[in-house]
Amino acid sequence: MRKEKKVKDPRAKLGKLEKREARAGYLFVAPWLIGVCLFLLYPLCQSFYYMWFNIRITPLKTLYTYVGTGNFTQIWLENPEFPQQIVTYLWQTIVEVPIIVVFALMIAIMLNGKIKCRGLFRLIFFLPVIIVSGPVMNMLVAEGAASIPAMNTESIVAAFDTFLSHSLAEAIGEIFSDMIMILWYSGVQILIFLSALQKIDSAMYEAASMDGASGWESFWKITLPTIKPYILLNAVYSVIFLSSNEQNTLITMIQDAMFSGTKEKGYGYAAAMAWMYAVIVTLIVLLFFLLLGSKKDVYDRQIKRRKRALKKEARLVKKIERRGRRNARKIEQARQKRKYKTYSGESDY
Amino acid sequence: MRRFVFGTREKEGAGKQIVVYGLLICIGFVYLYPILYMLSTSFMNRDDLLDSSINWLPGTLYLQNYIDAASSMNFWTSLLKGIVIAGIPTLLNILVCMLVGYGFATFAFKGRAVMIGLLLFSYILPSQVTMIPTYGLYSKMGIVGTLWTFILPALFGNGLNAPIFILIFYQFFRQVPRVLLEAAKIDGAGHFKTFARVAVPSAGPAILTVGLFSFVWYWNESYLTEMYVQGLSSKSVWVNLVVQLKNFETSFETMQATGDVAISLSESVKMAATALSILPLMLMYFVLQKQFVESIDRAGITGE
Repeated sequence: MRKEKKVKDPRAKLGKLEKREARAGYLFVAPWLIGVCLFLLYPLCQSFYYMWFNIRITPLKTLYTYVGTGNFTQIWLENPEFPQQIVTYLWQTIVEVPIIVVFALMIAIMLNGKIKCRGLFRLIFFLPVIIVSGPVMNMLVAEGAASIPAMNTESIVAAFDTFLSHSLAEAIGEIFSDMIMILWYSGVQILIFLSALQKIDSAMYEAASMDGASGWESFWKITLPTIKPYILLNAVYSVIFLSSNEQNTLITMIQDAMFSGTKEKGYGYAAAMAWMYAVIVTLIVLLFFLLLGSKKDVYDRQIKRRKRALKKEARLVKKIERRGRRNARKIEQARQKRKYKTYSGESDY
Repeated sequence: MRRFVFGTREKEGAGKQIVVYGLLICIGFVYLYPILYMLSTSFMNRDDLLDSSINWLPGTLYLQNYIDAASSMNFWTSLLKGIVIAGIPTLLNILVCMLVGYGFATFAFKGRAVMIGLLLFSYILPSQVTMIPTYGLYSKMGIVGTLWTFILPALFGNGLNAPIFILIFYQFFRQVPRVLLEAAKIDGAGHFKTFARVAVPSAGPAILTVGLFSFVWYWNESYLTEMYVQGLSSKSVWVNLVVQLKNFETSFETMQATGDVAISLSESVKMAATALSILPLMLMYFVLQKQFVESIDRAGITGE
């Protein structure tokens, strides 16, 4: 991404032309702005409000009963399915996203090399993006088309169960049994990596190999640092994709709760569920941001450290100078005082 | 020998090439496996399904599965409706997202950074949070079960995955040389004229990308389509193939009860229905494959 050109100091008064320009800008984004207020901010506040109520819709009017945190306690204590699903979802996402990203990167690197029929392979790897949708996936999974028949899932689960917690082992087992589906989710990511890889300057690799770097070394020292932002991009994309996918049972649970006509469930209950879900999704995204966010590279850090050291030195020099000046002044004052004293003493005398 | 397998600096070795091709072909097969499985199963009749000696190739080309599945899904009407359901919001998505992306990319105004932050936030936030009040809003307006539930958000730049599309246009228009826009301005074009005459014609690749992805995503969206456009409680006439597939078992059973289909629900009928529901997009993909695969590259998502 390019850096924005520095605009004028925002506090400075805008000229007439700039004012007009700003007005045009507002005009262009106005539809979206209205949309955000109408379809994002307003519903967000409203569902935050709903969360604390039990809402029943009768033909005449909607009844709101304040229940405080009642919805939450009900979800966590009386509905055993939701906490269970949340834990499964959490493990699944945290394990699956790295698999998707690493796999996409591997494929992209292979496709980026000198290869015949690159177009054909790209065609195959991108195909799932076109046809992947909740019902299709459900159908395929239900018919057993999603797992490789030769893979024995149960023994894998049993093996993991010996040294990991049961829920984690289950999640891993599920991953193995739906391996194809997980691979299917990486179509867009492969293309993003591929187009990022193609933008790396080949002169860098040449220079590195001139200096005797092997392919392995130049992968770690050139390829990976350059495409790091796209790793983050793909990780976030995968998280969002997995969490809004209809394979995810949580979102169907929310929908079911919303339309169930029972006394205790309903809009408020569903809103509480949705908020907890949103918080968890955001936490996962944050986790990946923390893990993959742009850390400064070594040289940047060195430069920074050097700058800091220089600044410290300058400060020290200034301090010494200041102290020197102060001392000089003090000495001067003292001398004058003494002079004065001696002088006044003399006069007194 | 060693040089032949591992290769030299200038030339890749045969061993390495074999490994790469082998991996690619294996993974490619794994990718295609569900589709092949689906196709082969969908052509099997009852005897083939039970016959354990038949694994992949069905004995005869049995088309009755497709006929039954198509009649149960109302294939042609669902197809046309699906095209309308995906098509109209897609057009709006292209138009509005282009406007907004252009606005963000070319003008400097106060609060732009905050707005872009909000845009990213609206992408990360799961739609389930805002779904409940939005549904309430729609049902108060009386538009649940009509196409307006998709048109309205798209009209205001909040359609399905609109943040991604706005960002694509934003990235794209930032790469359009400013000189071009300034030249138009000097020639006396206003902001909108500059947009319509200079920016839009140059945005071909981005429009294509957004159009294709928007169409595909709307087409495959069953959760929101079922809830908003079809209306869960009051089933309206608006339904697309994917939603039909989701409710395939129940609709098939009712048809069976009324005696319209002769055979019982088997997995090959289900697979035939699945194949039918992805068929239109597959055709589109094979016709427009080049545009699809190169779209991400050309729309400049990865920047310069």
